[in-house]
Amino acid sequence: MKKQKAFETFIHGIFLILGLITVGCVLLITLYLVVAGIPAIRKIGLGDFLFNPRWASTASEPSYGILPFILTSIYGTAGAILIGVPIGFLTSVYLAKLAPAKVRTVVSGAVSLLAGIPSVVYGLVGMMVLVPGIRSLFRIPDGASLLAAIIVLAIMILPSIINVSITALEAVPKEYEDASLALGAAPVETYFRVSVPAAKSGIAAAVVLGVGRAIGEAMAVMMVSGNAPNLPELFGSVRFLTTAVASEMSYSGGLQRQALFSIALVLFLFIMLINAVLNFFLKRSKE
Amino acid sequence: MKPVSSQINAKRKIQIALLRVLCGTSAVFTCALVLFLLVYILAKGIPNLSWELLSTKPSYLSGKIGILPDILNTMYMIAATLVFVLPLGVGAAVYLTEYAKNKKIVAVIEYAAETLSGIPSIIYGLVGMLFFCQFLNMQTSLLAGALTLVIMNLPTVMRTTQESLKTVPQSYREGAFGLGAGKWRVIRTVVLPGCIDGVITGCILSVGRILGESAALLFTAGFAHTLNGFFAGLGSAGATLTVSLYVYAKEQGEFGVAFAIAAILTVLTLLVNLLAVLAGRWFKRRQNHE
Repeated sequence: MKKQKAFETFIHGIFLILGLITVGCVLLITLYLVVAGIPAIRKIGLGDFLFNPRWASTASEPSYGILPFILTSIYGTAGAILIGVPIGFLTSVYLAKLAPAKVRTVVSGAVSLLAGIPSVVYGLVGMMVLVPGIRSLFRIPDGASLLAAIIVLAIMILPSIINVSITALEAVPKEYEDASLALGAAPVETYFRVSVPAAKSGIAAAVVLGVGRAIGEAMAVMMVSGNAPNLPELFGSVRFLTTAVASEMSYSGGLQRQALFSIALVLFLFIMLINAVLNFFLKRSKE
Repeated sequence: MKPVSSQINAKRKIQIALLRVLCGTSAVFTCALVLFLLVYILAKGIPNLSWELLSTKPSYLSGKIGILPDILNTMYMIAATLVFVLPLGVGAAVYLTEYAKNKKIVAVIEYAAETLSGIPSIIYGLVGMLFFCQFLNMQTSLLAGALTLVIMNLPTVMRTTQESLKTVPQSYREGAFGLGAGKWRVIRTVVLPGCIDGVITGCILSVGRILGESAALLFTAGFAHTLNGFFAGLGSAGATLTVSLYVYAKEQGEFGVAFAIAAILTVLTLLVNLLAVLAGRWFKRRQNHE
């Protein structure tokens, strides 16, 4: 009996360790980013690092200012949200409320395909369709630009926005809608004036999730944005926080390499902030 | 004089029609986008597919490109990741649903899992490089890449398993306890068989993610195209299909090969999605029968 009890405690311990592995991973990631990211910031100076608009890591007098990357990431994400959210939101209202069951199955399948397509494939199509298209449409020397990245990101965040919004819209109690219909409102009016306001926390969560996806995307953006460390311009070649880390990692060393880790730390802080906001909305939509 | 109500009605009618059209157009746009992507990728990729491309490795002598190593690397990566992530994810889910009594610990673990699923893959790649490749001295290798992907996919497997554990009726557990079984015996004989649905769903979702992952693998698993067996492959650097698509398109300008790989990846994504839907339906039907 005693042996049995010791055995059960042992098993319990093993499962406890397995359960705590996720926590361990988060701590590991945080620890590594902080430890690897702080030295360069201390050498360069926090103000200079964040607000100097010039990044010239390989120049004879190197300058490590990541303002261009921060602004590009913010502008790019804002642009993607501006395009992606209206389309995604309206599609989700259609799918959750208006579409016949069969149409819904087909379109949902299409949306999950959109979610599953690898980001490098988006990058490839962007490189071959969007970049030349933008070049000839706006008569600029190179189409690899912030605009191309915004369009790719807008498409890539569609599935997250659509799926989370649908879940939120479906969770609206049917009584709300019935009451509105009984008062003489048309179905579409009911969906927009009753269901959508009732689901607003969930829809906000969908938008925040889209922000997180857009700011964290690296490969697709790397393939279409031109990758020059300029301050953001819609038709200019730009570099994001994510692509700044990826593009110089393979040949960097010394302070330059440390600075790349610092960029990752900044990106991580952005993501943690977005996660906190996301959790806030998710919690509120559950209540 | 016209009655006021009909004026409102006309205005309302236009508004209603407008909203309807807007919703419909957005949905049509989304579908058209998917259809365009599918047709474009397949039309550009399939003509570039050949048996030679699929069955050889790149050769500098003849200047020809083959993607067999990349296909094998992708399969090794999937196998290695699943081997590690399944026990970890299932174990964590069992702890949360069967053992954990302290609500605070549960909240912390769930918050950690949510945080993990929000972290971008480029950051996983960076930390994977620092921790697995450098600190644990694994060098750039498929194993280091797979372990990085284990952390990425842990929340997925954990969540799907948790969902299916919740569907195991409490009375089964009580019945087993009533027959005198210990906790571990109950878990082994009643709980674990009940979560097989969730484990399979988690597997399918993870395979989809591993297929599509590239940023986390660039600096952990590398770019090499050497032909290796499973265990030799784990210890050496190797590009998966996505990574080699990136290299061929961005660094080498081999767009034909890139589109061929894109077509393969798209078809595989379609298959994975289909499998997920079918599995979900099958599990639901089986549950209703019980």
